[in-house]
Amino acid sequence: MTIPFPSDAWIKAMMADLNASEAYLAAAANWEGSFDFIIQVGGKTTTLYMDLWHGKCREAYEVPEGAEHKADFRLSGPVAVWQKVMTKKLDPMQAMMTGQLKLTGNMAMVMKNVRAAKELVESCTRIPTEFPA
Amino acid sequence: MWIFSSPTIVYGEQALSHLESLSGRKACIITDANLVKAGLAAKVAAALAPTGMQVEIYDRVEPDPTLEAVKEGAQAMLALQPDWLIAVGGGSVIDAAKAIWILYERPEMDPEAINPIETLGLGAKARFAAVPTTSGTGSEATYAIVLTNAAEKRKLGLGSREALPGVAILDPEMVLGLPPRQTADTGLDALTHAVEGFTSTFHNDFSDGLCLNAAKLVFRWLPEAYADGTNIEARTHLHNAATIAGLGFGNSMAALAHGMGHALGGVFHVPHGRAVALFLPYTIEYCVRGEEGSTRYVELAKFLGLHAGGERDAASHLVNAIRDLEAQLDQPQTIAACGISREDFERELDLLAANALNDTQTIMSTRVPEFDELKRLFTICYEGRLVDF
Repeated sequence: MTIPFPSDAWIKAMMADLNASEAYLAAAANWEGSFDFIIQVGGKTTTLYMDLWHGKCREAYEVPEGAEHKADFRLSGPVAVWQKVMTKKLDPMQAMMTGQLKLTGNMAMVMKNVRAAKELVESCTRIPTEFPA
Repeated sequence: MWIFSSPTIVYGEQALSHLESLSGRKACIITDANLVKAGLAAKVAAALAPTGMQVEIYDRVEPDPTLEAVKEGAQAMLALQPDWLIAVGGGSVIDAAKAIWILYERPEMDPEAINPIETLGLGAKARFAAVPTTSGTGSEATYAIVLTNAAEKRKLGLGSREALPGVAILDPEMVLGLPPRQTADTGLDALTHAVEGFTSTFHNDFSDGLCLNAAKLVFRWLPEAYADGTNIEARTHLHNAATIAGLGFGNSMAALAHGMGHALGGVFHVPHGRAVALFLPYTIEYCVRGEEGSTRYVELAKFLGLHAGGERDAASHLVNAIRDLEAQLDQPQTIAACGISREDFERELDLLAANALNDTQTIMSTRVPEFDELKRLFTICYEGRLVDF
């Protein structure tokens, strides 16, 4: 069964996957910081939030439209780019280095934990996903 | 979409004279005290004399530059206000100069946060040129910056495309006095750049040819430059090879040998080239045991004229060729041979694995080890055994 992306059910599935991942636990042992994944679909923007803390995801949900909200890191882009990354057709680092995905936040934390970022994306690829047509 | 970046490259005998064409108000030569003593900074200053620019020398860069050292360098630039920064040195000097340039232009930045994702807006205060005095780093042709977090005993693989030197000047006269040990260490760094640039997951049509030719040039000329440092032909080809390899891997990426090398260097201060070259054969053995068909060792081995009956056969011949070259250069081929005791190694093994795990280059490998696999791999490299997993 596939889960629609982006959605609350999808980010909760990713939370379950991350929390079961030994690789993520090891790679993100020093990671502290919440993440907003911001996905543009047509004219609509959906924000999926994850609270990431020392290799575990403590909370994840779709941010209700109009809700006051701020995460430590924000990664945003059109759904077509997200789809390419999540289906391994585009390397996430290349997507960010060429501005196809835009990352903001404490870049020192990112540069010291690149493997954690890689495992995070690996987790995305494991979720059976239904992308918008 | 991807991007190929290159400085203007001036190479060959008398290349230093190109500095006459620079125009500006004040140039600061960023270098180290040994290169000042060796007269190399003075050669660059003399080459700048016809420009009429005021020339200052900042010689406080040390091997494996730290975050604190580059902050200090940036403070010196803020006091001097140069409009040209000219790095004269090996990888440590050029990497430090890149970071100093960034912090001179962006004093509010944390050097640990230098990254290839954000736009920095460099160039408002100064332009940047590099004159390498070793043949290996390739830093004169890349945007990569390796800095050391001394408190965490960790080397950080940082970089920004904007930190690429505008001009790289490759004058073989600048390396004629390089001692044999440094010639070997840095030349093997160039070989590691070439091999990893060709085999990393970011390899591309633009970088492939550069990496292949650089590898061939190092195999051909490094033994001669090591045996006779005054051989100008060998020095010239090796100097070119290092920059060609820099262009190659700088536009693809390095991989696991660099991730492990950074970790070893951060903890035990093994020179960069010696460390990455030590790991190169082991990481080839490790990668070829990964997913079948995921490596490019057949193509690389064939280009180098080695036997390549299949992926594992090609990898095996490539490993043998690298180890033969290292033997000719009296190069340590195990961590133990670098003079690190078993006790010290075991005490730091978890830190080595943790730092290699999160190194920016490790994740570019065709096979990316987990934490426990890294510990096994480091142990095999300590003992000099065959990689068997």
